[in-house]
Order: sequence, then structure tokens, then C-alpha cells
Amino acid sequence: MTDQTFPPAKPDVVVIGAGWAGSIMAKELTEAGLNVTMLERGHDHSTAVEGTYPGSIDELRGAVRKRLFQKLARTSLTIRNRPDQTALPYRQLAAFLPGEGVGGAGLHWSGCHFRVTEDDLRLRSATIERYGQKFIPKDMHLQDYGISYGELEPFFDKAEKVFGTSGEASSVQGQKTGRGNVFALDRSSHFPLPPMADTFSASVFRQAAREAGFHPYSMPAANASQPYTNPYGCQMGPCNFCGYCSGYACYLYSKASPNVNILPALRQDKRFRLITQAQVLEILLDDTRKRATGVRYIDLKTDSEQVIEADLVILSAFQLHNVHLMLTSGIGKPYDPVSQSGTIGRNFTYQTITSSRVWLPENRCTNQFVGAGGAGVAIDDFNQPGFDRGRAGFIGGSPVWVNQAGLKPIAAAQGSGGKGSPRWGGAYKAAMIDQYRHSFSIDAHGSNMAYRDVYLDLDPTWRNAYGQPMLRMTFTWKDNDIRMNQYVVRQIGDIAQAMGATRTSLNSLLPGQLFDSRIYQTTHLSGGVILGSNPKTSALNRYLQSWDVPNLFVIGSSAFPQGMGYNPTGLVAALAYWSAYHIRQTYLRNPGPMVHA
Amino acid sequence: MSLFLRSTGTKRTSPLRPLLTMGLGLLGIVAATLPTRPAQADDAPLPAGLIEEGHYQAVLGDCAACHTQPGRPPYSGGMPFKLPIGTIYSTNISPDPVHGIGHYTEAEFARAVQLGIRKDGSALYPAMPYPSYARLNKADIHALYVYFQRGVTPQPVDPPANGLIWPLSMRWPLHIWRWLFSPSIQSAQLRTNNQFSDPILARGAYLVEGPGHCGACHSPRSITLNEKAQTAKDGPLFLSGGGVVEQWVVPSLRQENRTGLGRWSEQDIVDFLRTGRSRTGASFGGMTPVIVHSAHAFKEADLHAIARYLMQLAPARKETPWVYDPTTTDMLRRADLSQPGAQTYMDRCAACHRTDGAGYGTVFPPLAGNPIVMTDDATSLIHIILAGDSMHALPTAASAFTMPGFADTLSDREVADVVSFIRQSWGNNSSPVKESTVKHIRHSIPQAETPDQLPKN
Repeated sequence: MTDQTFPPAKPDVVVIGAGWAGSIMAKELTEAGLNVTMLERGHDHSTAVEGTYPGSIDELRGAVRKRLFQKLARTSLTIRNRPDQTALPYRQLAAFLPGEGVGGAGLHWSGCHFRVTEDDLRLRSATIERYGQKFIPKDMHLQDYGISYGELEPFFDKAEKVFGTSGEASSVQGQKTGRGNVFALDRSSHFPLPPMADTFSASVFRQAAREAGFHPYSMPAANASQPYTNPYGCQMGPCNFCGYCSGYACYLYSKASPNVNILPALRQDKRFRLITQAQVLEILLDDTRKRATGVRYIDLKTDSEQVIEADLVILSAFQLHNVHLMLTSGIGKPYDPVSQSGTIGRNFTYQTITSSRVWLPENRCTNQFVGAGGAGVAIDDFNQPGFDRGRAGFIGGSPVWVNQAGLKPIAAAQGSGGKGSPRWGGAYKAAMIDQYRHSFSIDAHGSNMAYRDVYLDLDPTWRNAYGQPMLRMTFTWKDNDIRMNQYVVRQIGDIAQAMGATRTSLNSLLPGQLFDSRIYQTTHLSGGVILGSNPKTSALNRYLQSWDVPNLFVIGSSAFPQGMGYNPTGLVAALAYWSAYHIRQTYLRNPGPMVHA
Repeated sequence: MSLFLRSTGTKRTSPLRPLLTMGLGLLGIVAATLPTRPAQADDAPLPAGLIEEGHYQAVLGDCAACHTQPGRPPYSGGMPFKLPIGTIYSTNISPDPVHGIGHYTEAEFARAVQLGIRKDGSALYPAMPYPSYARLNKADIHALYVYFQRGVTPQPVDPPANGLIWPLSMRWPLHIWRWLFSPSIQSAQLRTNNQFSDPILARGAYLVEGPGHCGACHSPRSITLNEKAQTAKDGPLFLSGGGVVEQWVVPSLRQENRTGLGRWSEQDIVDFLRTGRSRTGASFGGMTPVIVHSAHAFKEADLHAIARYLMQLAPARKETPWVYDPTTTDMLRRADLSQPGAQTYMDRCAACHRTDGAGYGTVFPPLAGNPIVMTDDATSLIHIILAGDSMHALPTAASAFTMPGFADTLSDREVADVVSFIRQSWGNNSSPVKESTVKHIRHSIPQAETPDQLPKN
């Protein structure tokens, strides 16, 4: 039940990573009667310490000095835009912010908790059906999940009940409610909590979008709109829109996290053991290389190497680390962009997000300090399957939303001025105040497709603190996604006009623009260990089971074949519950490959 | 007796500890020279369920509160009680024949538990609540004995040796106390058992006055440290509120409208005991360990019996009924922060406890109408604002919410103002507190929990 500095007795299952995916798998597998040991490289985290008020909302310590994020001094990755370049290490967190410690990124996330559109799970088939094979650009690796929405629905439903998600259903068991997202797929039950209230900015956007003929809805938020007790008996407090979600542990227990929503129940289970400060270096295989025997890790408390054996290994670290550990363990074949062979590192994707800003007259206060990470009003008109991409000329899509998440003082000061406006003095102050009180942002939160020469592999030069080759990211923006972003941002401009904006600053990607790792984009990285139906193009079968090592399951957004418009956590959680369900129903009764290639 | 001020150590401690301090150490000196027999030699088959029943009796009596020290084997004692006259340790009551109570016969066991007399004839300190345990019936004592002989693993360890200075280490005066204040088994049982014809109330009386020993903290004590009333029959002092223990005020469990349980429903009391939280209030301070070791595991029927019994205890004092007053709420919602303490309340308290003082269900307790907010002595409210406190994870309620402490961020003046503000808002109408009171309490509260001891959610 508690931390140990020596290797414990052999558990049935070892789970790598204590974020959402790992906590869900550990909960499910202990429920199945198995002894589960979960390894986490970082420290334990709790609301009583990291979320204690008012220290928890110290912006300097939190978002600026990256209190809850990955410590790059020990492990990082290298980044380049194109295969002909030399990659260099990511030395300062900026573009994306992986978590570290118990809860992982699930502790410092915002709480945007989406399902999927129907096409997200079968994008290749849907694109060909609607627009023909030729519509797919050369070197775009479009792929289906091989799981239908109907199959995943019970697991989306379960995850929302565990997370205490606030939202408004549009269709429940075939009954239309007349509210919510008209494009959303049918649900087996309502959200467990009513939607979060609109901030003023969200209500302005809701009205303008509706008047422009779009279909606004309340974003589903894993921020509790009311006190809540989940099926595990874990309780949440209600959100007060303090604005300290992303980058922080919620002091009100109202943002869903593994720490608040799953681990309180799990920690009481004698079959569960959590070992923190355990940096896993390798998944161990037997001589056949077809069976995992356990993991090798460094106990950071004693700086000693340890081995822990198990019958079943769940790899559920952050997306980048899942890929890295597969590569360092020599499981599966590394992806080669020249021959397009191999699967590990293939279909690495991201999201294509830009944020535009509108200013309202001085008599309309948006009060940017107010906010909740998952709350807001969105439109799916450019993300839903029926939107005509043939005319627009791109694959993918983008929800558009006002997600006023709470602008903190330092971020507000840094975000004002520039682009021709003064960066100091009275004019800067006036502009900053105007922006803080009367403006708000509208985001285009778009998909990102997979491409032949966008991938992850091991860096030939740079090594981490443990002597292992670092992961190397080869990534840049591609024409299809830039076109998608530009199209959607143009629509934002029209809506902004309808709101009576006094000024608008539209931001979109430019043709040929390169990915810049120094500027925050999003932490929604995906792919690299993707699921699919063909072992030549996917690392996992539809149950997230490794094709190569059947007693290894790799859970997380690393399984996504391409990046979608929605935030990934909802799908990560649903896939975890889906995989766990099939492990319990099928695998445990008859361990071995669940799909024969 | 005034030497027994308060103990220090972990927060898992029973609120009884200052009293226990008087009673411990005795069993520990059990002579190792006595002839011993293997504790578990008697392996005759037991009636089915007897050990489980005995375990339940140990839960009802909360034996672990004092005899299981975190980090030591169950029932091996060793919980420290630091006194001005030295440190003493609770005893090993596991069935080890040398270090524990394995050599006790059932009659000797009953005599110790119910009359406070050790095997060797010397007296226990009355912090061992034997005046309450005297009420245990023979069947329950039997089950308890069987459990401690055959259901508990013998622990061949001694608690650390006591370090008391003579003459304070002498025990013979305790026999006088015992003779004066402790009932005989027969009279105790007669008094508790003959109060109610309703079997549920009778069961409630048995649990509260007997194994539950609620009066040990919740009844006032006289200068000689005996409880002034031991049963409902003894009059309105019974469970009318104890003193201040470890800087927590022990409230009344009678039906006073403001400061007792007058506005709690039967279900509120059951929820509180079972999960440490109800819509009317959350456990904190000395009650939390009682719920963690003991009350949460009571059977549903027993919880209801306790609640129903408590609800028929007439108020000890007449109080003007509490009625919600929206004045403060309206002021705060108008952003009128002119009252002293209002700004601090908005900045530090309102997120959880709300501007209307209503809190949020079983997550964040209400301050409006909360009995502990209105007690004459505001020590508890001052204490919790300074030090914070945590609920504990229970099988009945997994989430352990933490209230942060504000000792580092609020001055004595600010704490006094916000406590006064809370005590006077929403119809609470209680007296304000002085800065000097806060200053005194700040310097006398036990050490807060370390991060390692804090809940992990």
C-alpha cells in the first residue's frame, strides 16, 4: 500500500505510469482480483500538499516554474522539423508540457472532456466514402481505429461517471433533448452533472454563433458543476471558476484527476501498491522476445537499479514515454520513413491549434481572471462529419470555442503588447488592462494528420541522465492542416464581427510555417504506438495489445492513429476502460493474442 | 491530577489520551515472572462467528485507539503519552503470554476491563474507561476475551519502558478513586439496561454508555476527573459537552438547538459516524480517530440505535432556536466587506464554505448553524483555522478532504476577526473572540500533520 525502497514480491501486473490511463487500468485489474504494482517516476501528489490554498495558486511556482511538469534535466527529447536536420534537445518546457508525478498530466490538465465524432474513429474509410481515395494527399497516413463508436460508448459513459463530467446531452438513447451539441452522437445516459455556467465571454460567443447560424453548445467539462460522488465513492467539490486549472492541482477537489477520482479508492485496496520515484528503463522480455517478464527501473530514492517481474505489463506513461520505452525495450520494429516499414514511432501526430482574440467595448467586462479549464461554449460546425471538406479542400476539422480558462496575472502581463504595440510604459499598461478586462480569446482547436516524414525514433547523439538514447521528434506543420486552420480562423473573424468586437486579432498558421517548439501549442501529442488491424502499419491490435508481445498493453493517446479536433483525455480514458474490459473478459481467461493477424 | 495536561504525538491519538495517560503503564508492568501458558494452546473449536463478534466488540470499544500505535503491530501498545512527569506508553494487549495478556483468564480479563484491576491486583488508571466498560454484558466480554486470546496475533514486544518519577508513579491511590467513582458491574448494568423498553433505544443506551464510552469525552468531569453523569438516567449533564481536549472543544450530544444535536436528523448522525461527514457537519479534531478506528465500522442497526438514543436526550440548556439570517450573505453579495473579518472570509473561506455559509453537502461543511461554530468556547474554530485539518480515507468514504491551515498567512488579529465574523453571521449570533485568545491557542496547539501524514487525494 505504501512506497517501498526495495523490490516488492512479484505482482500479477505491473503498470508503468500513474496518470489517467495507469490509474484506470490499475483500478480495473485490482477489481478483477489481481495484485497490481504501479510505478511512477515522480513524487506522490495530493490536494493536501500541491493543492493547498493559497500556495497552490502561486503562478510563479505553478505555471511559470513548472511545478507539476516533467523535469527535463533528467529526461527530455530532441526535436527537429525535417529528417534532413539534426535534432537538438528540448531544454525548456514550452510547446508541450508532459506531467511528472502521481496523477501525471491528469493532475495539471484543464478538464476538457470530449468523446469523438463518428468519423474520428474511421477517418480513412469515411474520407474515401465521401471524397474518394484521391482526396487523401500523398504521404498522409490516414487510418481507422477499427473500433466503432457503438463499441466504445459504454466506456465513454463509464469514464464520464468516474470523472464527474459536467455537460449537456443532445441525444440520450435516441431521444433528442433539444439542447447540447446537435452533432454529438447518441449517448446511453446523460452527463453525470449539469453543464458549467457560461462565463460572460462564452455567453457572448453563444449568442453570436447562434445568430450566425452555427450550433453552440456547452463544452463537456471534467470540472464539477456541483458536489459529486463517483461510482468509486470518490467525492468532488464544486468548481468556483477560480481559473487555476491548467498547470495546477485544484484546491477545491473540483477538477477530475486520478488523484481525486480514482486513487482514493485504489489506495485502500490491499492488492494495489504504488511505488513512486521509480524510473522505468526497460520492459524485459524472455528469450523468445514474445513475452514480457517484467520491468527494469531505477529507484530514484536510492539510485539503485531494480527488477520487478509480472505476468502482465501495462505501459501507460505519457505518449512520448510510451514510444520511448517501446524503442528502448526493442519491442516491435522501429518505423523507417524511407521504406515506410516498422510501426514504433509511426503516425506521430499533434493538434493544430491557434488562438485569436477579440476586444469588446469598455462597458462589457470579460474579466479574464474568471474561468474554468474545461468550461466554455463551442461550435462543431467545422468538425462534424457532415461539414463539406471537399469544397474546403482539407481532411480533418476543428471545433471553435471560447474556453475562458482563467488568465493569470503573469501570463496576462506577458501576453499583452508586442506586434507593434509598446511593451512598456503607460500605453502598455493601458493596453494590458483593456485586454485583461474587455477581451477574450476564441480558439480553433483542430486536428492534425499523420504523415510519412513526421515520426518518432531514437536520437543517435543525445542521451538522457540514465544513459539511454533520447527520443527524437521529427515534426512540422503540413499543408492540409494549415489549410484547415486558415479556413476555420476565417469563420472566427465573421463571428467576431457579429459580437460587436471593437478589435480583432486573428491568428492562423501561415503557409510553410514550421513548428516552433519555443511557443506553447498544446500537450495533446498522440500516436507512435498506434492501434489498427494490420501489424505492418500498427503496433497494437484493437484491444491495445501489442502485436509482438501479447502480455503487453500500451494505453494512452500513443494509440491514436491521427490527431483529432477534440481534446484527447476522454478518448484515452474510454480506450483504457475498453482495453481493461477485454482483458478481464477475454485475456485473463485465456492469455495470448486477442486478435490473430 | 492536574499534571495530566495533554499529550503530544501523532494526530491519530484518541481524545481520551490525556485521561489515558493516567491509566496506562499498568498493564505493561505485568510480571514476567508469573507462570505462563501458551496463549493459543487452547485450540478447542470455537462457536462459529465468535472471533468476528469479538472483533466487532473491540471495534465498538475502540481498543485500537490507544493500544495500536501507528507503525507498531496491532494491539502491541507503545503509544506515547508525554507528561510533565515523564513519558508513559500504552500497553501490549495482544495475547503474547510474556509481553501481552496471554496469561489472563477470562475472569481476570473481565476484572481488568470492567473494574480496572490488573491480574496482579493493582489498579488501572481510570483513563481506561472501565466505568463505561462495566456495562458490557457477559456475552460481549466473552467474545472480546476470545478475540484477544485467539483472534489477535501475539506480539512479543514490549512498549518502551515508562519513565515516571516517584512518588507519582505509585498506583495505590487509584484504588480509592476506583472505589469512589467506579460502579460495580451489577449496578452499572442495571442502571443502563433498565432505562428503555424500546429495544432500539435500549441497544443505543448500551452502546453509548457502555462500549462506545462516549461520555469519556462528551460528559463534563468533576475536579476529581470522574464523569459527572454516566447514564441518561443520571440527568442532563450526561453528554452535555466535555472540556477542551488538545485545544478542541468537545461538544454536547444532547438536543440543544444551537450547540447540540437539536437540528441533526437520525440520518445525519448515522452519516457522520459512518463516514465522518454529513450535510450538517464534518468530523475534525479528536473525533476523527474515533471514526477512523471505530464508528465507521459499526453495523447500520447499531448506528441507528445510537442516533435514536442521542435524539431523546433532552437539552441541558435552553437555547434560542437558530434561524438563518441572510444579512451577511446579502452584504457579501453586494461586495460590502466593511465588517471586520469579511475580507478575510471572502479571500480564504468563501470558496468552500460559500458566501451564504451553507458549504457544499458532505464535501465542505456548513458554517451557518454549525453547532461547533456556536459553542461558548470558540477554541475549535480558532484551532482549525490556524492548523487546518483533514478527513481520513475510510472504506465508507474514500475521499479525505483537507482544510489548509492559515497560521502562516493570517495574523492573530485577522484570525480573531474572521472567527468573530463567522460566529456572528447567518444567524449564528455568538460572542466575538479576542486577539489574545487566538495568540494563546496558536502557541498551545499540538504540532500539525507532516506532509507524509496528510491524505493523498
